[in-house]
Amino acid sequence: MIELKNVSKTFYSKKSAVQALSGVSLNVGKGEVFGVIGYSGAGKSTLIRCVNLLEKPTEGQVIIDGTDLTGLPASKLREKRQKIGMIFQHFNLLKTATVYENIAIPLKLTGLSKTEVDERVKKYLAVVGLDDKSDAYPGQLSGGQKQRVSIARALSHEPEILLSDEATSALDPETTESILDLLLRINREFGITILLITHEMHVIQKVCDRVAVMEGGEVVEQGSVIDVYAQSAHPTTKKFIDSQFPIEAPESMLKTIAGKGPIVKLSFVGHSTGQPVLSEIVKRFDVHTNILSGNIVQMKDESYGRMIVHISGETDAPKAIEALKDAGVQVEEVNLDDV
Amino acid sequence: MTFNPAEFIDRWGSNIWQATIETFQMVGIALSISIVIGLPLGVILVLTRPGKALDNKYLYQFLNVFINVIRSIPFIILLFFILPFTQLIVGTSMGVRGVIVPLVVYTAPYIARLMENSLLEVDKGIIEAYEAMGMKTRHIIWHVMIREARPSIILGLTIATIGLIGATAMAGLVGAGGLGDLAYRFGHLRYEEDVMIVTVILLIILVQGIQSLGNRTAAWLKKD
Repeated sequence: MIELKNVSKTFYSKKSAVQALSGVSLNVGKGEVFGVIGYSGAGKSTLIRCVNLLEKPTEGQVIIDGTDLTGLPASKLREKRQKIGMIFQHFNLLKTATVYENIAIPLKLTGLSKTEVDERVKKYLAVVGLDDKSDAYPGQLSGGQKQRVSIARALSHEPEILLSDEATSALDPETTESILDLLLRINREFGITILLITHEMHVIQKVCDRVAVMEGGEVVEQGSVIDVYAQSAHPTTKKFIDSQFPIEAPESMLKTIAGKGPIVKLSFVGHSTGQPVLSEIVKRFDVHTNILSGNIVQMKDESYGRMIVHISGETDAPKAIEALKDAGVQVEEVNLDDV
Repeated sequence: MTFNPAEFIDRWGSNIWQATIETFQMVGIALSISIVIGLPLGVILVLTRPGKALDNKYLYQFLNVFINVIRSIPFIILLFFILPFTQLIVGTSMGVRGVIVPLVVYTAPYIARLMENSLLEVDKGIIEAYEAMGMKTRHIIWHVMIREARPSIILGLTIATIGLIGATAMAGLVGAGGLGDLAYRFGHLRYEEDVMIVTVILLIILVQGIQSLGNRTAAWLKKD
Protein backbone atom coordinates (compact mmCIF):
# COMPACT_ATOMS: atom_id res chain seq x y z
CA MET A 1 0.00 0.00 0.00
CA ILE A 2 2.79 2.37 0.97
CA GLU A 3 6.20 1.57 -0.40
CA LEU A 4 9.23 3.74 0.20
CA LYS A 5 12.22 2.79 -1.90
CA ASN A 6 15.61 4.15 -0.91
CA VAL A 7 14.20 7.51 0.10
CA SER A 8 16.78 10.15 0.92
CA LYS A 9 16.20 13.75 1.87
CA THR A 10 18.82 16.42 2.26
CA PHE A 11 18.00 19.92 3.44
CA TYR A 12 20.25 22.56 1.95
CA SER A 13 20.87 25.90 3.53
CA LYS A 14 23.34 28.51 2.32
CA LYS A 15 26.19 27.18 4.38
CA SER A 16 25.49 23.54 5.00
CA ALA A 17 23.56 20.48 3.98
CA VAL A 18 21.72 18.29 6.49
CA GLN A 19 20.87 14.78 5.54
CA ALA A 20 17.56 14.04 7.27
CA LEU A 21 16.93 10.68 5.59
CA SER A 22 19.40 8.36 3.99
CA GLY A 23 18.20 5.44 1.94
CA VAL A 24 15.07 4.55 3.88
CA SER A 25 12.99 1.66 2.57
CA LEU A 26 9.68 0.64 4.08
CA ASN A 27 6.76 -1.40 2.98
CA VAL A 28 3.39 -0.98 4.66
CA GLY A 29 0.76 -3.56 3.74
CA LYS A 30 -2.92 -2.84 3.17
CA GLY A 31 -4.89 -2.67 6.40
CA GLU A 32 -1.77 -2.64 8.52
CA VAL A 33 -0.91 -0.30 11.37
CA PHE A 34 2.75 0.54 10.94
CA GLY A 35 4.67 2.58 13.49
CA VAL A 36 7.90 4.46 13.15
CA ILE A 37 9.63 5.28 16.41
CA GLY A 38 12.69 7.40 17.04
CA TYR A 39 14.03 10.18 19.19
CA SER A 40 13.61 13.74 17.99
CA GLY A 41 15.96 14.46 15.13
CA ALA A 42 15.90 10.84 13.97
CA GLY A 43 14.16 11.85 10.75
CA LYS A 44 10.77 10.24 11.39
CA SER A 45 8.87 13.47 10.85
CA THR A 46 10.62 14.04 7.51
CA LEU A 47 9.85 10.43 6.63
CA ILE A 48 6.09 10.70 7.14
CA ARG A 49 6.03 14.04 5.30
CA CYS A 50 7.72 12.34 2.36
CA VAL A 51 4.83 9.87 2.07
CA ASN A 52 2.40 12.55 0.84
CA LEU A 53 5.21 14.64 -0.59
CA LEU A 54 4.78 17.56 1.79
CA GLU A 55 8.52 17.09 1.68
CA LYS A 56 9.91 16.10 -1.70
CA PRO A 57 12.53 13.35 -1.38
CA THR A 58 15.94 14.21 -2.83
CA GLU A 59 16.22 10.62 -4.02
CA GLY A 60 14.12 7.50 -4.09
CA GLN A 61 10.53 6.60 -4.82
CA VAL A 62 7.31 6.89 -2.88
CA ILE A 63 4.88 4.35 -4.25
CA ILE A 64 1.28 4.53 -3.04
CA ASP A 65 -1.00 1.77 -4.26
CA GLY A 66 1.26 1.16 -7.26
CA THR A 67 1.73 4.80 -8.30
CA ASP A 68 5.04 6.57 -7.85
CA LEU A 69 4.08 9.96 -6.39
CA THR A 70 7.47 11.54 -7.02
CA GLY A 71 6.83 11.54 -10.76
CA LEU A 72 3.28 12.92 -10.68
CA PRO A 73 2.28 16.36 -11.99
CA ALA A 74 0.79 18.73 -9.39
CA SER A 75 -2.87 18.09 -10.27
CA LYS A 76 -2.54 14.28 -10.09
CA LEU A 77 -0.64 14.61 -6.82
CA ARG A 78 -3.52 16.63 -5.38
CA GLU A 79 -5.97 13.88 -6.36
CA LYS A 80 -3.79 11.26 -4.69
CA ARG A 81 -3.42 13.37 -1.57
CA GLN A 82 -7.18 13.52 -1.17
CA LYS A 83 -7.06 9.77 -0.53
CA ILE A 84 -4.30 10.07 2.07
CA GLY A 85 -5.58 11.52 5.32
CA MET A 86 -3.20 13.14 7.75
CA ILE A 87 -3.46 14.12 11.40
CA PHE A 88 -0.98 16.24 13.30
CA GLN A 89 0.41 16.83 16.77
CA HIS A 90 -1.12 20.31 16.92
CA PHE A 91 -4.39 19.38 15.17
CA ASN A 92 -4.18 22.21 12.60
CA LEU A 93 -7.84 23.15 12.61
CA LEU A 94 -9.19 26.48 11.37
CA LYS A 95 -9.57 28.55 14.52
CA THR A 96 -12.19 30.82 12.97
CA ALA A 97 -14.45 27.99 11.84
CA THR A 98 -16.85 25.75 13.77
CA VAL A 99 -16.26 22.02 14.09
CA TYR A 100 -18.83 21.47 11.35
CA GLU A 101 -17.18 23.98 8.99
CA ASN A 102 -13.74 22.57 9.69
CA ILE A 103 -14.85 19.28 8.19
CA ALA A 104 -17.23 20.73 5.60
CA ILE A 105 -14.96 23.36 3.99
CA PRO A 106 -12.35 20.94 2.55
CA LEU A 107 -15.13 18.62 1.39
CA LYS A 108 -16.89 21.46 -0.43
CA LEU A 109 -13.61 22.41 -2.07
CA THR A 110 -13.25 18.92 -3.49
CA GLY A 111 -16.55 19.48 -5.31
CA LEU A 112 -19.02 17.48 -3.23
CA SER A 113 -22.63 18.66 -3.23
CA LYS A 114 -24.11 20.33 -0.18
CA THR A 115 -26.16 17.28 0.84
CA GLU A 116 -23.19 14.93 0.40
CA VAL A 117 -21.04 17.24 2.50
CA ASP A 118 -23.71 17.35 5.20
CA GLU A 119 -24.03 13.56 5.26
CA ARG A 120 -20.29 13.02 5.51
CA VAL A 121 -19.78 15.60 8.25
CA LYS A 122 -22.54 14.08 10.35
CA LYS A 123 -21.41 10.53 9.72
CA TYR A 124 -17.79 11.10 10.73
CA LEU A 125 -18.57 13.38 13.65
CA ALA A 126 -20.62 10.47 14.97
CA VAL A 127 -17.72 8.06 14.35
CA VAL A 128 -15.42 10.17 16.53
CA GLY A 129 -18.20 10.75 19.07
CA LEU A 130 -18.55 14.50 18.71
CA ASP A 131 -21.97 14.84 17.08
CA ASP A 132 -23.03 17.28 19.80
CA LYS A 133 -20.14 19.66 19.19
CA SER A 134 -20.72 20.62 15.58
CA ASP A 135 -21.35 24.31 16.37
CA ALA A 136 -18.44 24.71 18.79
CA TYR A 137 -15.23 26.50 17.82
CA PRO A 138 -11.89 24.71 18.28
CA GLY A 139 -11.00 27.21 21.01
CA GLN A 140 -13.82 25.79 23.12
CA LEU A 141 -12.64 22.16 22.83
CA SER A 142 -10.10 20.13 24.79
CA GLY A 143 -6.98 18.75 23.10
CA GLY A 144 -8.50 15.29 22.75
CA GLN A 145 -11.67 16.69 21.22
CA LYS A 146 -9.65 18.78 18.76
CA GLN A 147 -7.75 15.67 17.70
CA ARG A 148 -11.08 13.88 17.21
CA VAL A 149 -12.26 16.69 14.95
CA SER A 150 -9.08 16.46 12.94
CA ILE A 151 -9.51 12.68 12.67
CA ALA A 152 -13.10 13.23 11.47
CA ARG A 153 -11.80 15.77 8.96
CA ALA A 154 -9.28 13.22 7.65
CA LEU A 155 -11.83 10.39 7.53
CA SER A 156 -14.45 12.50 5.78
CA HIS A 157 -12.43 12.24 2.55
CA GLU A 158 -12.77 8.46 2.91
CA PRO A 159 -9.05 7.83 2.54
CA GLU A 160 -7.35 4.47 2.20
CA ILE A 161 -4.35 5.64 4.20
CA LEU A 162 -4.11 7.68 7.37
CA LEU A 163 -0.81 9.32 8.30
CA SER A 164 -0.43 10.25 11.94
CA ASP A 165 2.33 12.72 12.73
CA GLU A 166 2.79 12.48 16.53
CA ALA A 167 -0.98 12.71 16.94
CA THR A 168 -0.94 11.87 20.64
CA SER A 169 2.25 13.65 21.67
CA ALA A 170 0.48 16.78 22.89
CA LEU A 171 -2.16 14.87 24.86
CA ASP A 172 -2.32 13.61 28.44
CA PRO A 173 -2.04 9.83 29.06
CA GLU A 174 -5.74 9.20 29.44
CA THR A 175 -6.66 11.16 26.30
CA THR A 176 -3.82 9.41 24.47
CA GLU A 177 -5.44 6.06 25.33
CA SER A 178 -8.81 7.11 23.96
CA ILE A 179 -7.31 8.49 20.73
CA LEU A 180 -5.31 5.27 20.26
CA ASP A 181 -8.48 3.23 20.80
CA LEU A 182 -10.17 5.38 18.16
CA LEU A 183 -7.31 4.79 15.70
CA LEU A 184 -7.53 1.04 16.28
CA ARG A 185 -11.27 1.13 15.69
CA ILE A 186 -10.80 3.10 12.46
CA ASN A 187 -8.24 0.56 11.30
CA ARG A 188 -10.56 -2.36 12.02
CA GLU A 189 -13.91 -0.89 10.95
CA PHE A 190 -12.86 0.97 7.83
CA GLY A 191 -9.80 -1.10 6.93
CA ILE A 192 -7.72 2.06 6.68
CA THR A 193 -3.98 1.54 6.54
CA ILE A 194 -2.29 3.62 9.23
CA LEU A 195 1.29 4.86 9.24
CA LEU A 196 2.14 6.65 12.44
CA ILE A 197 5.24 8.18 13.92
CA THR A 198 5.84 8.59 17.62
CA HIS A 199 8.52 8.77 20.26
CA GLU A 200 6.52 6.71 22.74
CA MET A 201 7.02 2.94 22.80
CA HIS A 202 3.64 2.66 24.44
CA VAL A 203 1.93 3.87 21.24
CA ILE A 204 3.76 1.25 19.17
CA GLN A 205 2.95 -1.50 21.65
CA LYS A 206 -0.71 -0.66 21.82
CA VAL A 207 -1.76 -0.18 18.19
CA CYS A 208 0.96 -1.25 15.75
CA ASP A 209 1.36 -4.50 13.88
CA ARG A 210 4.85 -3.67 12.69
CA VAL A 211 7.43 -1.15 13.72
CA ALA A 212 10.54 0.52 12.32
CA VAL A 213 13.08 2.11 14.62
CA MET A 214 14.86 5.15 13.24
CA GLU A 215 18.07 6.83 14.18
CA GLY A 216 20.21 9.35 12.35
CA GLY A 217 17.99 9.31 9.28
CA GLU A 218 18.12 5.55 8.88
CA VAL A 219 15.90 2.63 9.79
CA VAL A 220 18.05 0.63 12.19
CA GLU A 221 15.61 -2.17 12.88
CA GLN A 222 12.17 -3.22 11.70
CA GLY A 223 9.80 -6.12 12.10
CA SER A 224 6.61 -7.22 13.76
CA VAL A 225 6.14 -5.53 17.12
CA ILE A 226 6.32 -8.77 19.10
CA ASP A 227 9.56 -9.82 17.37
CA VAL A 228 11.15 -6.47 17.99
CA TYR A 229 10.24 -6.74 21.68
CA ALA A 230 11.54 -10.28 21.95
CA GLN A 231 14.66 -10.05 19.83
CA SER A 232 15.69 -6.42 19.55
CA ALA A 233 19.32 -6.11 18.53
CA HIS A 234 19.96 -2.40 18.15
CA PRO A 235 20.82 -0.38 21.28
CA THR A 236 18.22 2.31 20.42
CA THR A 237 15.48 -0.28 20.14
CA LYS A 238 16.54 -1.76 23.47
CA LYS A 239 16.41 1.66 25.07
CA PHE A 240 12.88 2.24 23.85
CA ILE A 241 11.75 -1.17 25.12
CA ASP A 242 13.60 -0.80 28.42
CA SER A 243 11.73 2.47 28.96
CA GLN A 244 8.62 0.34 29.51
CA PHE A 245 10.28 -1.92 32.04
CA PRO A 246 11.71 0.33 34.69
CA ILE A 247 13.74 -1.38 37.40
CA GLU A 248 12.98 0.09 40.73
CA ALA A 249 14.62 -2.31 43.19
CA PRO A 250 16.14 -0.34 46.05
CA GLU A 251 19.91 0.07 46.20
CA SER A 252 20.22 -1.58 49.64
CA MET A 253 18.44 -4.70 48.44
CA LEU A 254 20.67 -5.00 45.40
CA LYS A 255 23.73 -4.83 47.66
CA THR A 256 22.60 -7.66 49.91
CA ILE A 257 22.02 -10.04 47.01
CA ALA A 258 25.18 -9.15 45.11
CA GLY A 259 27.29 -12.27 44.52
CA LYS A 260 24.70 -14.69 45.92
CA GLY A 261 23.51 -16.44 42.80
CA PRO A 262 22.67 -15.28 39.27
CA ILE A 263 20.42 -12.39 38.36
CA VAL A 264 18.47 -13.10 35.21
CA LYS A 265 16.26 -11.16 32.86
CA LEU A 266 13.27 -13.29 31.87
CA SER A 267 11.22 -12.38 28.82
CA PHE A 268 7.85 -13.93 28.25
CA VAL A 269 6.20 -13.81 24.87
CA GLY A 270 2.58 -14.58 24.16
CA HIS A 271 1.26 -17.73 25.89
CA SER A 272 4.19 -18.12 28.28
CA THR A 273 3.14 -14.90 30.05
CA GLY A 274 0.27 -16.91 31.55
CA GLN A 275 2.43 -19.76 32.95
CA PRO A 276 3.44 -19.91 36.62
CA VAL A 277 7.01 -20.89 35.64
CA LEU A 278 8.73 -19.33 38.62
CA SER A 279 6.77 -21.24 41.23
CA GLU A 280 7.41 -24.42 39.25
CA ILE A 281 11.19 -24.10 39.41
CA VAL A 282 11.02 -23.36 43.11
CA LYS A 283 9.11 -26.59 43.61
CA ARG A 284 11.35 -28.70 41.40
CA PHE A 285 14.75 -27.40 42.38
CA ASP A 286 16.47 -26.26 45.52
CA VAL A 287 16.30 -22.57 44.63
CA HIS A 288 14.61 -19.44 45.87
CA THR A 289 13.51 -16.68 43.56
CA ASN A 290 13.34 -13.02 44.36
CA ILE A 291 11.58 -10.78 41.84
CA LEU A 292 13.35 -7.44 41.54
CA SER A 293 11.04 -6.00 38.97
CA GLY A 294 8.44 -7.08 36.48
CA ASN A 295 5.88 -5.82 34.03
CA ILE A 296 3.63 -7.15 31.32
CA VAL A 297 2.56 -5.04 28.36
CA GLN A 298 -0.51 -5.87 26.34
CA MET A 299 0.06 -5.56 22.62
CA LYS A 300 -2.50 -5.46 19.89
CA ASP A 301 -2.87 -9.26 19.75
CA GLU A 302 -0.29 -10.63 22.17
CA SER A 303 1.37 -9.82 25.42
CA TYR A 304 4.99 -9.46 26.41
CA GLY A 305 6.33 -9.59 29.92
CA ARG A 306 9.68 -9.06 31.45
CA MET A 307 11.08 -9.80 34.92
CA ILE A 308 14.37 -9.32 36.63
CA VAL A 309 14.77 -12.21 39.05
CA HIS A 310 17.43 -13.15 41.53
CA ILE A 311 17.85 -16.91 41.82
CA SER A 312 19.60 -18.09 44.96
CA GLY A 313 20.72 -21.70 45.53
CA GLU A 314 24.16 -22.15 43.96
CA THR A 315 24.03 -25.79 42.90
CA ASP A 316 20.57 -25.93 41.39
CA ALA A 317 20.45 -22.49 39.82
CA PRO A 318 21.85 -23.55 36.39
CA LYS A 319 19.34 -26.40 36.24
CA ALA A 320 16.52 -24.04 37.08
CA ILE A 321 17.60 -21.72 34.31
CA GLU A 322 17.59 -24.61 31.83
CA ALA A 323 14.09 -25.51 32.94
CA LEU A 324 12.93 -21.94 32.35
CA LYS A 325 14.36 -22.00 28.84
CA ASP A 326 12.55 -25.28 28.19
CA ALA A 327 9.32 -23.63 29.22
CA GLY A 328 9.74 -21.12 26.39
CA VAL A 329 11.04 -18.24 28.47
CA GLN A 330 13.93 -16.19 27.18
CA VAL A 331 16.61 -16.08 29.81
CA GLU A 332 19.48 -13.67 29.82
CA GLU A 333 21.92 -13.45 32.68
CA VAL A 334 22.56 -9.85 33.58
CA ASN A 335 25.04 -7.90 35.56
CA LEU A 336 23.62 -5.79 38.36
CA ASP A 337 25.36 -2.69 37.07
CA ASP A 338 23.63 -3.08 33.71
CA VAL A 339 20.10 -3.39 34.93
CA MET B 1 -16.84 85.46 22.48
CA THR B 2 -19.51 82.97 23.42
CA PHE B 3 -20.31 79.92 21.40
CA ASN B 4 -23.82 79.92 19.98
CA PRO B 5 -24.65 76.55 18.47
CA ALA B 6 -27.63 77.74 16.46
CA GLU B 7 -25.71 80.59 14.92
CA PHE B 8 -22.70 78.36 14.32
CA ILE B 9 -24.73 75.73 12.51
CA ASP B 10 -26.49 78.42 10.51
CA ARG B 11 -23.20 79.89 9.41
CA TRP B 12 -20.99 76.81 9.05
CA GLY B 13 -23.39 73.89 8.98
CA SER B 14 -23.47 73.46 5.22
CA ASN B 15 -19.68 73.85 4.91
CA ILE B 16 -19.06 71.24 7.58
CA TRP B 17 -21.66 68.88 6.09
CA GLN B 18 -20.11 69.33 2.67
CA ALA B 19 -16.61 68.70 4.08
CA THR B 20 -17.77 65.59 5.94
CA ILE B 21 -19.27 64.19 2.74
CA GLU B 22 -16.01 64.92 0.91
CA THR B 23 -13.96 63.19 3.59
CA PHE B 24 -16.22 60.14 3.47
CA GLN B 25 -16.04 60.09 -0.33
CA MET B 26 -12.26 60.36 -0.43
CA VAL B 27 -11.73 57.76 2.31
CA GLY B 28 -14.41 55.41 1.00
CA ILE B 29 -13.31 55.42 -2.63
CA ALA B 30 -9.58 55.49 -1.97
CA LEU B 31 -9.87 52.72 0.66
CA SER B 32 -11.91 50.43 -1.62
CA ILE B 33 -9.49 50.79 -4.52
CA SER B 34 -6.51 50.42 -2.19
CA ILE B 35 -7.89 47.17 -0.77
CA VAL B 36 -8.50 45.84 -4.28
CA ILE B 37 -4.84 46.56 -5.11
CA GLY B 38 -3.25 46.04 -1.69
CA LEU B 39 -4.77 42.70 -0.67
CA PRO B 40 -3.62 40.80 -3.78
CA LEU B 41 -0.23 42.50 -3.49
CA GLY B 42 0.00 41.29 0.10
CA VAL B 43 -0.91 37.77 -1.01
CA ILE B 44 1.75 37.89 -3.75
CA LEU B 45 4.31 39.16 -1.25
CA VAL B 46 3.63 36.15 0.95
CA LEU B 47 3.42 33.52 -1.79
CA THR B 48 6.55 34.58 -3.67
CA ARG B 49 8.71 34.41 -0.56
CA PRO B 50 11.46 31.81 -0.65
CA GLY B 51 10.04 28.37 0.09
CA LYS B 52 6.39 29.38 -0.35
CA ALA B 53 3.92 28.10 -2.95
CA LEU B 54 4.94 30.50 -5.77
CA ASP B 55 8.57 31.03 -4.74
CA ASN B 56 9.93 33.77 -7.03
CA LYS B 57 12.96 35.66 -5.81
CA TYR B 58 12.88 38.35 -8.51
CA LEU B 59 9.21 39.25 -8.24
CA TYR B 60 9.41 39.25 -4.46
CA GLN B 61 12.47 41.49 -4.38
CA PHE B 62 11.04 43.84 -6.98
CA LEU B 63 7.77 44.28 -5.08
CA ASN B 64 9.63 44.62 -1.83
CA VAL B 65 11.78 47.48 -3.07
CA PHE B 66 8.98 49.09 -5.08
CA ILE B 67 6.69 49.23 -2.04
CA ASN B 68 9.46 50.60 0.15
CA VAL B 69 10.26 53.34 -2.35
CA ILE B 70 6.66 54.53 -2.58
CA ARG B 71 6.21 54.33 1.16
CA SER B 72 9.29 56.52 1.65
CA ILE B 73 7.79 59.48 -0.20
CA PRO B 74 5.88 61.92 2.04
CA PHE B 75 2.25 62.24 0.93
CA ILE B 76 2.52 65.96 0.22
CA ILE B 77 5.42 65.35 -2.18
CA LEU B 78 3.67 62.38 -3.74
CA LEU B 79 0.56 64.50 -4.30
CA PHE B 80 2.43 66.90 -6.61
CA PHE B 81 5.02 64.49 -7.89
CA ILE B 82 2.47 62.26 -9.61
CA LEU B 83 0.25 65.05 -10.99
CA PRO B 84 0.89 64.03 -14.62
CA PHE B 85 0.07 60.43 -13.76
CA THR B 86 -3.14 61.52 -12.05
CA GLN B 87 -4.06 63.61 -15.07
CA LEU B 88 -3.49 60.59 -17.29
CA ILE B 89 -5.58 58.17 -15.19
CA VAL B 90 -8.64 60.27 -14.26
CA GLY B 91 -8.34 63.19 -16.67
CA THR B 92 -8.05 65.81 -13.96
CA SER B 93 -5.70 66.56 -11.10
CA MET B 94 -8.21 68.64 -9.16
CA GLY B 95 -11.05 67.94 -6.75
CA VAL B 96 -12.04 64.67 -5.10
CA ARG B 97 -11.39 62.76 -8.33
CA GLY B 98 -7.94 64.26 -8.64
CA VAL B 99 -6.94 63.31 -5.11
CA ILE B 100 -8.11 59.69 -5.25
CA VAL B 101 -5.13 58.61 -7.36
CA PRO B 102 -2.42 59.93 -5.00
CA LEU B 103 -4.38 58.62 -1.99
CA VAL B 104 -4.49 55.15 -3.55
CA VAL B 105 -0.81 55.28 -4.51
CA TYR B 106 -0.11 56.26 -0.90
CA THR B 107 -2.40 53.71 0.79
CA ALA B 108 -2.28 50.58 -1.40
CA PRO B 109 1.39 49.74 -0.66
CA TYR B 110 0.74 50.36 3.02
CA ILE B 111 -2.21 47.96 2.94
CA ALA B 112 -0.08 45.45 1.03
CA ARG B 113 2.42 45.49 3.90
CA LEU B 114 -0.28 45.18 6.54
CA MET B 115 -1.85 42.28 4.62
CA GLU B 116 1.52 40.60 4.24
CA ASN B 117 1.98 40.83 7.99
CA SER B 118 -1.46 39.44 8.76
CA LEU B 119 -1.11 36.56 6.31
CA LEU B 120 2.31 35.61 7.66
CA GLU B 121 0.77 35.21 11.10
CA VAL B 122 -1.43 32.36 9.89
CA ASP B 123 -0.33 29.06 11.42
CA LYS B 124 1.83 27.21 8.87
CA GLY B 125 0.51 23.91 10.18
CA ILE B 126 -3.03 24.73 9.06
CA ILE B 127 -1.83 25.62 5.56
CA GLU B 128 0.12 22.39 5.49
CA ALA B 129 -2.91 20.38 6.58
CA TYR B 130 -4.82 21.75 3.59
CA GLU B 131 -1.92 21.00 1.25
CA ALA B 132 -1.92 17.46 2.63
CA MET B 133 -5.64 17.20 1.84
CA GLY B 134 -4.89 18.00 -1.80
CA MET B 135 -6.43 21.48 -1.87
CA LYS B 136 -5.61 23.92 -4.67
CA THR B 137 -3.36 26.87 -3.85
CA ARG B 138 -6.04 29.43 -4.72
CA HIS B 139 -8.49 27.68 -2.40
CA ILE B 140 -5.90 27.66 0.36
CA ILE B 141 -5.31 31.40 -0.13
CA TRP B 142 -8.99 32.22 0.19
CA HIS B 143 -10.36 29.57 2.56
CA VAL B 144 -7.39 29.22 4.85
CA MET B 145 -4.98 32.14 4.73
CA ILE B 146 -7.36 35.07 4.25
CA ARG B 147 -10.07 33.45 6.33
CA GLU B 148 -7.82 32.77 9.31
CA ALA B 149 -6.15 36.18 8.98
CA ARG B 150 -9.47 38.09 8.97
CA PRO B 151 -9.28 39.46 12.52
CA SER B 152 -5.76 40.70 11.90
CA ILE B 153 -6.68 42.00 8.42
CA ILE B 154 -9.55 44.02 9.91
CA LEU B 155 -7.23 45.58 12.49
CA GLY B 156 -4.73 46.38 9.72
CA LEU B 157 -7.43 47.99 7.60
CA THR B 158 -8.51 50.04 10.62
CA ILE B 159 -4.99 51.42 10.92
CA ALA B 160 -4.87 52.08 7.17
CA THR B 161 -8.25 53.87 7.22
CA ILE B 162 -7.18 56.18 10.02
CA GLY B 163 -3.93 56.93 8.19
CA LEU B 164 -5.97 57.65 5.09
CA ILE B 165 -8.15 60.15 6.97
CA GLY B 166 -4.96 61.93 8.02
CA ALA B 167 -3.74 62.04 4.43
CA THR B 168 -7.03 63.53 3.18
CA ALA B 169 -6.29 66.66 5.25
CA MET B 170 -3.72 67.56 2.62
CA ALA B 171 -6.16 66.94 -0.20
CA GLY B 172 -7.30 70.54 0.13
CA LEU B 173 -4.09 71.51 -1.62
CA VAL B 174 -5.56 70.23 -4.87
CA GLY B 175 -9.02 71.54 -4.06
CA ALA B 176 -10.61 68.31 -2.88
CA GLY B 177 -11.89 69.73 0.40
CA GLY B 178 -12.77 67.55 3.35
CA LEU B 179 -12.76 68.08 7.12
CA GLY B 180 -9.01 68.45 7.43
CA ASP B 181 -8.96 71.13 4.77
CA LEU B 182 -11.82 72.98 6.46
CA ALA B 183 -10.01 73.00 9.78
CA TYR B 184 -6.85 74.26 8.08
CA ARG B 185 -8.26 76.92 5.76
CA PHE B 186 -10.99 78.44 7.90
CA GLY B 187 -9.93 77.42 11.37
CA HIS B 188 -6.20 77.95 11.16
CA LEU B 189 -5.57 80.45 8.37
CA ARG B 190 -8.63 82.61 9.05
CA TYR B 191 -8.62 82.35 12.84
CA GLU B 192 -12.10 80.85 13.04
CA GLU B 193 -11.33 78.90 16.17
CA ASP B 194 -14.85 77.47 16.48
CA VAL B 195 -14.61 75.89 13.06
CA MET B 196 -11.25 74.37 13.85
CA ILE B 197 -12.38 72.94 17.18
CA VAL B 198 -15.63 71.53 15.81
CA THR B 199 -13.96 69.88 12.80
CA VAL B 200 -11.21 68.44 14.95
CA ILE B 201 -13.86 67.06 17.35
CA LEU B 202 -15.67 65.54 14.37
CA LEU B 203 -12.40 63.95 13.23
CA ILE B 204 -11.77 62.59 16.73
CA ILE B 205 -15.25 61.05 16.81
CA LEU B 206 -14.70 59.59 13.35
CA VAL B 207 -11.33 58.06 14.26
CA GLN B 208 -12.62 56.73 17.60
CA GLY B 209 -15.64 55.24 15.88
CA ILE B 210 -13.58 53.51 13.21
CA GLN B 211 -11.12 52.12 15.74
CA SER B 212 -13.90 50.75 17.98
CA LEU B 213 -15.71 49.27 15.02
CA GLY B 214 -12.45 47.63 13.86
CA ASN B 215 -11.68 46.25 17.32
CA ARG B 216 -15.17 44.85 17.75
CA THR B 217 -15.27 43.26 14.32
CA ALA B 218 -11.86 41.68 14.86
CA ALA B 219 -12.85 40.31 18.26
CA TRP B 220 -16.07 38.91 16.81
CA LEU B 221 -14.19 37.19 13.97
CA LYS B 222 -11.55 35.76 16.25
CA LYS B 223 -13.68 33.14 18.03
CA ASP B 224 -11.16 31.95 20.59
